[in-house]
Amino acid sequence: MNLLISHARVIDPASGRDEITNVCVQDGKILALANDGHVPKSFAPSETVNARGLWLFPGVIDLAAWLREPGLDHKATLASETRAAAASGVTTLCYQPEPATSINNSAPVNLIRDINTALGKVHIAVVGNLTLKLEGKKLSNMGGLRRAGCVGVTNGWQPVADLKVMRRALEYATTHDLTVFVYPLEHELAGGGCVHEGEVSTRLGLPAIPAAAETVAVAQTLALMEMTGTRVHFCRLSAAGSVRLIRQAKQDGFKVTADVAAHQLHLTEMDVVDFNPLCHVQPPLRSQADREALLQGLKDGTIDAICSDHQPHELDAKLAPFQQTEAGISSLETLLPLTLRLVESGDLSLQQALGKLTYQPASVIHSSAGRLTAGAPADLVLFNPDSLWDFSLEKMRSMGKNTPFAGWSFKGHVVRTLLAGKTVFQREAER
Amino acid sequence: MHPHLQPGPLPARMQLAPGNRLKHFLTIEGLPHLLLHEILERAEQFVTLPAKQQKKAPLLRGKTVMNLFFENSTRTRVTFEIAAQRLGADVINLDIRTSSAAKGESLLDTVRNLEAMNADMFVVRHEHAGTAQFIARYAAPHISVLNAGDGRHAHPTQAMLDMFTIRQKKGAFEPLKVAIVGDVLHSRVARSQIHALNTLLTGEVRIIAPRTLIPADIEKMGVRVFHRMEEGLRDVDVVIMLRLQRERMEGALLPSESEFFKLYGLTEKRLELTKPDSIVMHPGPINRGVEIDSAVADGPRSVILEQVTNGIAVRMAVMSMIMGSTVGGTA
Repeated sequence: MNLLISHARVIDPASGRDEITNVCVQDGKILALANDGHVPKSFAPSETVNARGLWLFPGVIDLAAWLREPGLDHKATLASETRAAAASGVTTLCYQPEPATSINNSAPVNLIRDINTALGKVHIAVVGNLTLKLEGKKLSNMGGLRRAGCVGVTNGWQPVADLKVMRRALEYATTHDLTVFVYPLEHELAGGGCVHEGEVSTRLGLPAIPAAAETVAVAQTLALMEMTGTRVHFCRLSAAGSVRLIRQAKQDGFKVTADVAAHQLHLTEMDVVDFNPLCHVQPPLRSQADREALLQGLKDGTIDAICSDHQPHELDAKLAPFQQTEAGISSLETLLPLTLRLVESGDLSLQQALGKLTYQPASVIHSSAGRLTAGAPADLVLFNPDSLWDFSLEKMRSMGKNTPFAGWSFKGHVVRTLLAGKTVFQREAER
Repeated sequence: MHPHLQPGPLPARMQLAPGNRLKHFLTIEGLPHLLLHEILERAEQFVTLPAKQQKKAPLLRGKTVMNLFFENSTRTRVTFEIAAQRLGADVINLDIRTSSAAKGESLLDTVRNLEAMNADMFVVRHEHAGTAQFIARYAAPHISVLNAGDGRHAHPTQAMLDMFTIRQKKGAFEPLKVAIVGDVLHSRVARSQIHALNTLLTGEVRIIAPRTLIPADIEKMGVRVFHRMEEGLRDVDVVIMLRLQRERMEGALLPSESEFFKLYGLTEKRLELTKPDSIVMHPGPINRGVEIDSAVADGPRSVILEQVTNGIAVRMAVMSMIMGSTVGGTA
């Protein structure tokens, strides 16, 4: 099927392009970007979309979604979450392993791929286990994981207590050219805490995680990297100190990238003052100063990507006193809106913001998506920048309704999402 | 949509019904100055009632008070029990630790079941911060919740009985310097005391402890921090000693009980640094020779046992205010 999208404002953060032009899609790929009169003569569109007044940008690449299936299907399924992703302009999801959905070898990778291919809503890139069952003791079958197409390996939030094991795991991952996704946390220092250590934890009397529990782990990982030469992606930065360390590491030529969850850029520890379990996240919401440091890190390039860190939960997971609730926000559907809000507030330029969602995360997982050039996959989002809407739980598509953003107002929404040239979402009764 | 998906009200907001009437008693933080005075006035009425009459003030007749203690504390539970009984309520004690919670029943299901047994008030103690507020938020509208201690968060009736005792001995709060000594990090009592003292416009609130026992950014709660007794005790009117739990030695917070006593124990000699008419308080149970010397605990400045007596009057005051009744008739 050939598709011509005409007169959209085409925004491609990878090249800096921002102009009104036409996009030709052929065989699931971008054939050409061409002004009127320059569309290739041989190109015969079977559908033409008049996108005047709309933005067109690459589909969002989300570096972290906890998709739960197989193993935790009561929280969410691949069907429910990929549908939510497509409706939110997300075209690639990075599957994160957790103890109940652990990825020790190629079998679960193939299973996830088969289920997802049948669903056909998004690409799923799988991040496999770093250690067997994420127990931090033995290595996972990284060679097999690599061959099965994993884009990296991680131990998630599970500790690798023995640094000798961590060293060997980094070396073995490097042998197979795998990026290691490190969730930086020194577990003993975190001491079972559930909120940021500071004014609010003191008032509420909740067990707290100091910012140093993260920065210590970042420093430790950097020291090991220097020895092993591993490519490391730091996941979910929350503390100013981590941003500082990674900024320095990049200047020193380390092969390091980093991401932040969108909610960390909007919420702080103050949002927990009513013991709101919907604001119970890992890493915890930190201070205003930390939030500002994260924004600065995005601006100066220290932090490469903004991700959703999507964690859908069943109702009961959040229906208990704060400390007993499970951490995480169902955040797939707010990733793009919260990121674009940073443009409205003047924290990021539009190109910067979209770059953190597209070509930059793409390069972390070595994907050719996330950019609008001839030959790139036609994973595209058509976006109406002017509509105003309120985020409501009733309209959420994810199975998890655990979000503190209900009632927030956003500007602009996804009109149509294309995956390899195929429409996977189209908003009804629009325009 | 399930109500838990809507943002919850702030605890301070939640405990007040229209007209600033006390609906729940969860934390001192955010309560108006006048309301704290009202509690103290009301407690005063119960204390001055002749003993006989006191036992016949049936303001809670026909009401059912359930003591939900998820954490053991015989002492505190008994004072709540006596207070409720003196007000004429039916009191039921539930040691949840050994019953439903052990069978895996969720907290909310336990609460729902007790509601169905026509409870009017839950007195809740739990090891996790925010539990009383959680129950208040999800309990039926006619139920009131009284926090008898949640994690390290709050113990508001203890703080109010301490305020009552201070007022009894010292009168106005404005000119006073008060020092709270010891394990502030793990103390819900200290947090509630700090809020109460500041709401009542106490001249200066100090805490004295080693850094390991002081939570982050405590200054923002309106206290001055001292690490040496010799500096912190100087010229104070009230010394409040906190209980030091034995397990603090395990978590590398302190080297030994004897070193703690040497540096932070309250002795007669250290007491000389305070005002000549200073008083000594302790929420109990005391550890003699760990945070306080027997000579001080049993000495003329100690008001520790009066605190216990006042505890009943203050709890009667709070319970009767919550149930919307006044001394001499139901409002």
